[in-house]
Amino acid sequence: MAEPASVAAESLAGSRARAARTVLGQVVLPGEELLLPEQEDAEGPGGAVERPLSLNAGARSRVRVVCGPGLRRCGDRLLVTKCGRLRHKEPGSGSGGGVYWVDSQQKRYVPVKGDHVIGIVTAKSGDIFKVDVGGSEPASLSYLSFEGATKRNRPNVQVGDLIYGQFVVANKDMEPEMVCIDSCGRANGMGVIGQDGLLFKVTLGLIRKLLAPDCEIIQEVGKLYPLEIVFGMNGRIWVKAKTIQQTLILANILEACEHMTSDQRKQIFSRLAES
Amino acid sequence: MEEEMHTDAKIRAESGTGSSPRGPGCSLRHFACEQNLLSRPDGSASFLQGVAEKSRERLIRNTCEAVVLGTLHPRTSITVVLQVVSDAGSLLACCLNAACMALVDAGVPMRALFCGVTCALDSDGTLVLDPTSKQEKEARAVLTFALDSVERKLLMSSTKGLYSDTELQQCLAAAQAASQHVFRFYRESLQRRYSKS
Repeated sequence: MAEPASVAAESLAGSRARAARTVLGQVVLPGEELLLPEQEDAEGPGGAVERPLSLNAGARSRVRVVCGPGLRRCGDRLLVTKCGRLRHKEPGSGSGGGVYWVDSQQKRYVPVKGDHVIGIVTAKSGDIFKVDVGGSEPASLSYLSFEGATKRNRPNVQVGDLIYGQFVVANKDMEPEMVCIDSCGRANGMGVIGQDGLLFKVTLGLIRKLLAPDCEIIQEVGKLYPLEIVFGMNGRIWVKAKTIQQTLILANILEACEHMTSDQRKQIFSRLAES
Repeated sequence: MEEEMHTDAKIRAESGTGSSPRGPGCSLRHFACEQNLLSRPDGSASFLQGVAEKSRERLIRNTCEAVVLGTLHPRTSITVVLQVVSDAGSLLACCLNAACMALVDAGVPMRALFCGVTCALDSDGTLVLDPTSKQEKEARAVLTFALDSVERKLLMSSTKGLYSDTELQQCLAAAQAASQHVFRFYRESLQRRYSKS
């Protein structure tokens, strides 16, 4: 079943379904189809693979692969829908085939459940705040979703305040909803972000790079000046240092990090540390 | 309206939709004008002569709609703004290529890439791919095709002029072969972009 399809696909100039394993780390374009590991074993070189006949023909042992951002299921294969580098993560506890996703660089944020984002309060209507998170719709935030908030004890949130929260509902069919408490009812760093500081926008790829566990940039920045910094997965960063000049320097460095190589960055940091 | 142009072209060579009133004394096309469109400058106006502009926008929009996965973004509008920096022929094909690259850059989910290729047929029947403005003016037929990247299928065709059925098939085959170069260029430029990070 899969074999004639791949032969036909090969005859078309340029469009061949490749095995996902062979394309890891390379740039993939929308429209490409990827074969999962289980399928390419079945096809084999030339197709003459001996398999014991199973009475239950339909039930092959399927490896459960999670389809991440930038990929969609298309029959038995994965269809690439965004341009970027293909990545794979092995499963932690042995079940399933891991996660495949496409690391793309884009500026536009699409709300995803569980993401922590920085939003700006744009309206207060009754019991709900409308928060602009950079998506196509403003997210709604109930006043009871703050730590220690009750009907009598309302949180002090004004229009124009910055909120750090996470999405509990975020899909294409409904208006996104966010909260500032975790499942235990504790704030855990979320809530209204304090006075002063600077909010600026960067691309989503840079945020993911900065939030990676072993990111050197953040360590170097931390050694430079004492600072407070909040990263929103919607491309927004809030930064606050002792003086306005330091805040601006930090904002410029973080924005420029996208285009600089690590050597250029180290040069700039050493120059700043001297002055 | 494109079908009308296709069949009409066999009977008479004509550009445009042919519905503009050209009475005996007045030989001007339909006008449309809008003022004060931009808020920054002190004054601005847009003047449309003929309906060629609107049809080009509709062609690009239909091509994008066929390729973009709109079901992932319901109740959302995606606006593509194309600004002509210089027109050296094959404008529609260039607009299609620019629109495709812009959609990829924005991270809009798509089921395939697309590209535009223009062919011009001159009076001898010679096929010229990607004609210049001069070649387009002197050609007896100009055909623009939008092709997708997965199986080089035809997404959109816009034709102007007089040509036979076999010539159409030849132009389509030549455009499909040429689209490989365009897609290879897309791949190289995207790889260059991602190699910087």
